[in-house]
Amino acid sequence: MTRNNMWVAGVGMPVLIGILLLFAVSPSVKGSDQPSEANAAVKIDNFVFGPQTLTVPVGTKVTWTNSDDIPHTSVSTEGVFKSKVLDTDEKFSYTFTKAGTYPYYCTIHPKMTGKVVVQ
Amino acid sequence: MPDKKKNLIDQSLQDLNNDGVDRRGFLKCMAWAGTGLAWTMSGGIPVSRAFAKGYGKDAGKGADFTFVQISDSHIGFNKPANPDVTATLQTAINKINAMPHKPDFIIHTGDLSQLSKPSEFDTLDQVLKGASAKQVYFVPGEHDMLSDNGEQFLQRYGKGTKGTGWYSFDHKGVHFVGLVNVANLKAGGMGSLGHEQLEWLADDLHGRSASTPIVLFAHIPLWTIYPDWGWGTDDSEQALSYVKRFGSVTVLNGHIHQIMQKVEGKVSFHTAMSTAFPQPAPGTAPSAGPMKVPADQLQRVLGITDVNYLVSGRSLAVVDSPLWDSGSPASGNAG
Repeated sequence: MTRNNMWVAGVGMPVLIGILLLFAVSPSVKGSDQPSEANAAVKIDNFVFGPQTLTVPVGTKVTWTNSDDIPHTSVSTEGVFKSKVLDTDEKFSYTFTKAGTYPYYCTIHPKMTGKVVVQ
Repeated sequence: MPDKKKNLIDQSLQDLNNDGVDRRGFLKCMAWAGTGLAWTMSGGIPVSRAFAKGYGKDAGKGADFTFVQISDSHIGFNKPANPDVTATLQTAINKINAMPHKPDFIIHTGDLSQLSKPSEFDTLDQVLKGASAKQVYFVPGEHDMLSDNGEQFLQRYGKGTKGTGWYSFDHKGVHFVGLVNVANLKAGGMGSLGHEQLEWLADDLHGRSASTPIVLFAHIPLWTIYPDWGWGTDDSEQALSYVKRFGSVTVLNGHIHQIMQKVEGKVSFHTAMSTAFPQPAPGTAPSAGPMKVPADQLQRVLGITDVNYLVSGRSLAVVDSPLWDSGSPASGNAG
């Protein structure tokens, strides 16, 4: 799981983007298409979402994990998703079924921002 | 020193002239401008003034009244460097109770709880019940408004307040204003007061005599200390513009778990220590997370702030006092 997450979030990203571009998958297909079994991770550490910009294919389940001693949230700026308050080591997941850019922030520490780019 | 003082007064005069306060108004203000001077001399840079030995006996002597600020209790936090924040809050209360002059009231500048849990608020209430000062004024910190947009906080601590919990009251000639800058925070921003609250503040201050001493208190600093960590309030400038005409303004905040002071014209800014855990000085750590200190050092970096007001004379004393105090009977009581 962790290995997989790291792969998707790290090395795998450019590859995934490349593949998507190669096959020119239309991102505008309605949300009805079945999400594939992709996972990606965002780690909240030292008041930072990492990676700050996460690029994933449609259907990816993104999981945020709070590694700080202080509670955080992950809340879509546009109201698309909203985590509960995540205390230390707590997680929140959301599956992105539509292409687009999803900015989000921590409502407790609004300086903390990130975005998920779904392609 | 006298030159310095004169310069400061000259500067105050200039400021006042710019603000259109007339001479009579200025003289009335002087009682309070004078109070700023003592501060100005030690202000400007972050200054920590611990209880000197022997301070205790004369503390508050001759003052018209004293109140105490406590902050950032974070009840429910249980990690290093403080696994028992209830005990350190109790020590703070013991310290308040040991003050030779009983404070008229306590102001808590937010983050009562760690996670806004009812049990955390219950524990806080229980500890505060033991304080010699029965009246406690609260403003919420961001930790008190988790999950429910602060509804529980309002029910418990904000009865009769406006909006998300702001209010004002008068005490022995001083006008106190509790502001909320932790609600409806915007992505990428810092603390925020919001349009509705600013309008209310303008209205609340309208018509008050410029010689009325003003105390503003809120959780997040109302001056920009370190934007990278969100240590400031985006629209505080507007709030401060409303108090510009007053002769004495004191701004008390928490949030950053350390003492910072600044004087700007007639406005004195001050942040208090936490009763729970310290945070690093701006930019000295990767983040603003809890600072871990050796157990025997903890009580030196936690504390309370007491403010003595002398209305008829010319003194205002803000004293920050660490929980650790070799001469204090309270020092032995924290687990």
